[in-house]
Amino acid sequence: MTSSDEQTHMIVARGLTKTYGDFIAVDGIDFEVRKGEAFGLLGPNGAGKSTTMKMIASVSKRTGGELTILGLDPNKRGPEIRAHLGVVPQQDNLDRELKVHENLFVYGRFFGLSKKFLRTKVEELLEFAQLTEKRNSKAEELSGGMKRRLTIARGLVNEPEILMLDEPTTGLDPQARHILWDRLFRLKEQGVTLVITTHYMDEAEQLCDRLIVMDKGKIMAEGSPADLIKRYASKEVLEVRFGSSRNIEIAEQISHIGHRTEVLPDRILIYSDNGEADLQEILKLGLEPVTSLVRRSSLEDVFLRLTGRTLVE
Amino acid sequence: MSAPTSIEKSVHGSAWQGSLKLVNVPRAINLAWLHVAEARIRNMLKWWTSIFAFSLGNPVLYLFSVGIGIGALVDAKSGGSQLGHVPYLTFLAPALLASAAIQSFQEEMSFPIMEGFEWDKSFFAMNATPITGRDIVNGLITSSFFKTSITVGIYEAVLLGFGAINLSVALPMYFSALFAGVAFGSVMMAVTSFIKQDDGFFAIVGRFVIAPMTLFSGTFYPLESMPFYLQWVGWISPLWHGTDLGRVISYGSPQQVWVVVSHWVYLSVWLVVGLTLAYRQVSKRLAA
Repeated sequence: MTSSDEQTHMIVARGLTKTYGDFIAVDGIDFEVRKGEAFGLLGPNGAGKSTTMKMIASVSKRTGGELTILGLDPNKRGPEIRAHLGVVPQQDNLDRELKVHENLFVYGRFFGLSKKFLRTKVEELLEFAQLTEKRNSKAEELSGGMKRRLTIARGLVNEPEILMLDEPTTGLDPQARHILWDRLFRLKEQGVTLVITTHYMDEAEQLCDRLIVMDKGKIMAEGSPADLIKRYASKEVLEVRFGSSRNIEIAEQISHIGHRTEVLPDRILIYSDNGEADLQEILKLGLEPVTSLVRRSSLEDVFLRLTGRTLVE
Repeated sequence: MSAPTSIEKSVHGSAWQGSLKLVNVPRAINLAWLHVAEARIRNMLKWWTSIFAFSLGNPVLYLFSVGIGIGALVDAKSGGSQLGHVPYLTFLAPALLASAAIQSFQEEMSFPIMEGFEWDKSFFAMNATPITGRDIVNGLITSSFFKTSITVGIYEAVLLGFGAINLSVALPMYFSALFAGVAFGSVMMAVTSFIKQDDGFFAIVGRFVIAPMTLFSGTFYPLESMPFYLQWVGWISPLWHGTDLGRVISYGSPQQVWVVVSHWVYLSVWLVVGLTLAYRQVSKRLAA
């Protein structure tokens, strides 16, 4: 690896592998993450996203391949790398007994940050997480969304070079998700490198510059969200429902419409450049769908195309 | 949504230096154990009134009931002839002190470890920073040592007040009790770090390990007055080694030199084996 690579590449993985006994959780994957980029790992549960995250977080050792983070080997220099990471785990692991502001302060001390620095930093982070009014509440008294924001704020206390978020908005209501996305977007603008796992398509599209789609420990595709949609899906998707008993039969009748059809248990997807025109074609055949919907195609469609399965099963 | 100024200050403004500049990495790594201890002591301070009350109440109750109550009976009967010709209270004091140290470590090495691995998962939060499994072990031993040194200190002050020990031996007794405590604590930590669910484990430890250990370690009467086939309980018990050591220090209880040396060696072995196992298991569990 040359020195210029080290400057632009925050993370480089080559043939990265993790096995637990006979089980291969991550199966020789290659990727790199550039400075200031928002990089996404997308895939269903069990795809190997979280295992990959743990290896990047320098807590779980790889069993094969190469991995460098900030130019260092995490198997050998974990503590040093971790000094520059902010980690937001899938499950909040706040100290429930401590007050909101104490959670931030104590965590800052783990990085050896001075008490003087932290007194100011904690107030800033409380504002960032919109928790100033809750500063004296115990962590266990917070709502799910507030806990999540506190965990993210905690991950920023050392002003990390890389912020890692494992399923950041799982279990949050839509409003809480949008507040979080807004916060993460601001961090990205600031130049913080983000590594995000998600199984939500809209989240990946909102936040990620580039992503890999993982399934069964392997990378299925890589690119920007728009790229992937262009490559693996069409411009629009027409969704029609004829009732679960008739979907398969009707799909055969309309298979000539659009670029491709995909039959799901509850609906038929027609990949198309012009969904409205294709809907008219169907109606002309004398078929009356129970409901129909034309939408932009999304990463969900990419995933379906790549794996033949929907993402949230 | 709050005004962007606050966010700019925290994230956007010139204030953001980045961890490469901000974090003194060698210092964070070297002092990681201390940061663990600091966090744990902060949690303890939330309970300082009950810790203090217990530290004071426990010896006062014991000394009145067993030390003075039973002591009066024992001293009247035997004149201390079987206790090395010292009053029962003097005989009992070193045992109570060592026992208090061990109990204090036992508390710190039970639920706080379950909390760290299972309930709050705070060890995993720590391990996402420069802190390693080894630092967590060292930090918890340090914070427990800190708490125990206060508890034992209070205990000793009460013993002094009751005239159960001499001021001249207070300091060496203090350290021998703490040493027995930390030796037991490190093994207890290693054991707890294997536990995935409470399932009454700690109640079992309390009833079937700690209680018999206290009863059979020469705490309330000399180990030698037990039938020989039960004396082994005392020999393997760190409490007996700590107690006997305390008696030698406190009132010059007659003992062979090799026995005194073996107390130190035995407790050291517990400490080293406990720490070694705890380092390994805690690190392994964090990396899983």
